[in-house]
Amino acid sequence: MGNRKFKIYRGDNTKGELVDYNCDVTEGMVVLDVMHRIQADDANDLACRWNCKAGKCGSCSVEINGRPKLACMTRMNEYGDDETITITPLKAFPIIKDTVTDVSWNYKQNLKIKPFSPAQNKNNTEKGLVMQQVDVERTQHFRKCIECYLCQNVCHVIRDQEAKEKFVGPRFMIRLASLEMHPMDDADRIPAIKEDHGSGMCNITRCCTEVCPEDIQITDDGIIPLKERVVDRYYDPFMILFRKIFKK
Amino acid sequence: MLDISEIRQIEFDVLVIGAGGAGLCSAIAAAKESEKVGLICKSLLGKAHTVMAEGGMAAALGNVDNRDHWKIHFRDTMRGGKMLNVWRMAELHARHAADRVRELEQWGAVFDRTKEGLINQRNFGGHRYPRLAHVGDRTGLEMIRTLQDYGIHKGIDIHMECTALDILKDESGKIAGVVCMYRDTGEFIIFKTKSLILATGGGGKAWEITSNSWEYTGDGYAMAYEAGAELMDLEFNQFHPTGMVWPPSVRGILVTEGVRGEGGILKNSEGKRFMFDYIPEKFKNETADTEEEAARWLAGDKDARRPPELLTRDVVARAINAEVKAGRGSKHGGAYLDIATRRSAEDIKKKLPSMYHQFKVLAELDITKEPMEVGPTCHYFMGGIRVEADTTMSTVEGLFACGECAAGMHGANRLGGNSLSDLLVFGNLAGTGASNYAKQLGAVPKFNKEDAKKIIRNATSILNREEGENPYLLHEDLQKNMQNNVGIIRTDTELQKGIQNIENLKEKNKNVKANGSSQFNPGWHEALAMRNLLITAEAVARAAHMREESRGAHTRDDFTTESEEWYQYNIITKKGEDGNMQVIKEKRKEPNAELFRIANAKLEDLEAEVAAERKP
Repeated sequence: MGNRKFKIYRGDNTKGELVDYNCDVTEGMVVLDVMHRIQADDANDLACRWNCKAGKCGSCSVEINGRPKLACMTRMNEYGDDETITITPLKAFPIIKDTVTDVSWNYKQNLKIKPFSPAQNKNNTEKGLVMQQVDVERTQHFRKCIECYLCQNVCHVIRDQEAKEKFVGPRFMIRLASLEMHPMDDADRIPAIKEDHGSGMCNITRCCTEVCPEDIQITDDGIIPLKERVVDRYYDPFMILFRKIFKK
Repeated sequence: MLDISEIRQIEFDVLVIGAGGAGLCSAIAAAKESEKVGLICKSLLGKAHTVMAEGGMAAALGNVDNRDHWKIHFRDTMRGGKMLNVWRMAELHARHAADRVRELEQWGAVFDRTKEGLINQRNFGGHRYPRLAHVGDRTGLEMIRTLQDYGIHKGIDIHMECTALDILKDESGKIAGVVCMYRDTGEFIIFKTKSLILATGGGGKAWEITSNSWEYTGDGYAMAYEAGAELMDLEFNQFHPTGMVWPPSVRGILVTEGVRGEGGILKNSEGKRFMFDYIPEKFKNETADTEEEAARWLAGDKDARRPPELLTRDVVARAINAEVKAGRGSKHGGAYLDIATRRSAEDIKKKLPSMYHQFKVLAELDITKEPMEVGPTCHYFMGGIRVEADTTMSTVEGLFACGECAAGMHGANRLGGNSLSDLLVFGNLAGTGASNYAKQLGAVPKFNKEDAKKIIRNATSILNREEGENPYLLHEDLQKNMQNNVGIIRTDTELQKGIQNIENLKEKNKNVKANGSSQFNPGWHEALAMRNLLITAEAVARAAHMREESRGAHTRDDFTTESEEWYQYNIITKKGEDGNMQVIKEKRKEPNAELFRIANAKLEDLEAEVAAERKP
């Protein structure tokens, strides 16, 4: 595959530029390998996050030629032989240095979510929870999330700094969905999903679903059902009447 | 002049270093008992190495085969560890694992289910019954996310992307704190604490072919060693038999044992299913000797014996190594792991989704159609910081250790699935042990300011010197040395050469230089890790040189069998008064008679015994 050209963002939140690098690329290499090679040979202080190098930890999220991706799962042969590859940090979060961004906002969103509250009923037994496989599959699908925050990065609401405090973003909508659809969870998060977590802010453009490296159906399986639950609770005229009559 | 009073300080009752499974469990347990609990991690929260664990966590829940019992789990663990495990640790683990797994479910983990709706369990190497609670092949992710989402609500003060540099003690030798550095800013901070739990994982990054991430640089071993703690049995390094071998850039990445648990078989270039030729004498009675019997076992016949692919990891790794050496390796120098002809494509995608994805993307190979190529990869340290079983306290007062960085639980070889349950059980014990210790202590011990200054000066000198060695290239040299001289098969001459090379690298490392500023500078971080890697590598190589036998994961070409003499000894490494590493052959304690009996009982007798116990 030979010697290839790269442009990598070097700098911080206040100033920075794309710097040119060259790297010998061999069969099977991924973009993260290239970043490591450049780091070892030419730029010891090039900042990048990574851990597992197998698409399981969600640390190495960057934008490659403008597309949000995991650097460890992006193979060099996806690109043309003479194509220059540009690596930049995620756009939705402040840059700490080079390709590393400050994602602490996400951790703050998670703290707002009411954690799992196991129901104390006949299915909570000495041998553990009794739940059928078909009933946990939806929740398991959401729990595949590796918290790479690529979905947060492309979410229009989060990219708009003004709206950022009103919406937890797709990652945490599916965390909420995983809890709401857990067969043995008995907490009620619907009022919080509407008010605190901002389910109404999502306008279903499905950008989050498109970039998910785990192929989680964030919008269709997670966000839309939660929106429906909110609608059922607050806007269904029959339910409003029902609640008025029975004072529920 | 450096003024320590200008460095920020925070005070804790219990501080945990490391936020993988063990660290999170111990912080959660400590937060139940202690008011001020801190947790620091090198990466972002939720990214630690536990996330990579695939197959599952072993516990005798008995949900799939109700004959299972802690005693049988204990026996399997001891036999897998070639009887070198600390007896009490293996007992505690087998007794408590089931409760801890059920507790994890109450905290939000969503395991795969049995038909009855309970936690499902799968087969794994060395385990008599289907024993591993799992979620497809991403059990580690489930575990770490559950602990993270539960733990953040327990009032634990979490500091992310914060590297621990070295431990501080008071004049009497008690733990007093630790000096750390925030990776993003390079700012130093001193955490003062009554007790300190190390949950820092292993040091697999010292090898070239490894399943470990950058974090695995033996920080816990090195910090404990520098603080005067004893390390034990570091010569036992597990090479997982199935790492990816092709393409080169992914060499070493783990292929879960779950592939074999689900029926995958190993073949050589001649198409021969070679594991039947490598069944050790000790396991002959419990292992299938024909393909027909192995097939019956897979189909669920409880009278059939287990296929040889599910022998312990040390055995399978050596077998693959031997096949390759004999010229019967796969195209790129491994063995073929075939699940495609054993299971339907749909089953494979359901049971092993991340393996399917990993090979599809990284190797452009469809595992539902073609066999994988696999070979041994450095995976896990059985040895580590020597601890007291029930409290997990090391030989330094107030210093605790749990998870991979602690020694003893797994003996000479760890069974797959026993690691995640180890994290749960000993994480929990460490949290309690460290809290109890902190409670009986009055105030936080006073650290020595000169020590703190020295630690900070050592760190900054790497940035400040005019020129010096490139840390990345030093690391590559160390990895090559460990791979070639302290690898799977070891000999006296190679080990001596390996030790000499480490000595040379230590000299070079005194002059290591990182360019750039202190702000998120991976070159500096790499240089700081080099000291830890070198201490770890030296302890491994020296212990491996001393142990003149082959046992479990430690294989000597010049001492090819287990020795009765060596069975009675652990190898302790610690820092001598002259500053050099001391390697000591130390006699093991006599085992508890009852535990000895269980571990050495005939399987049929033990099965009858636990069946009788169960009857009302």
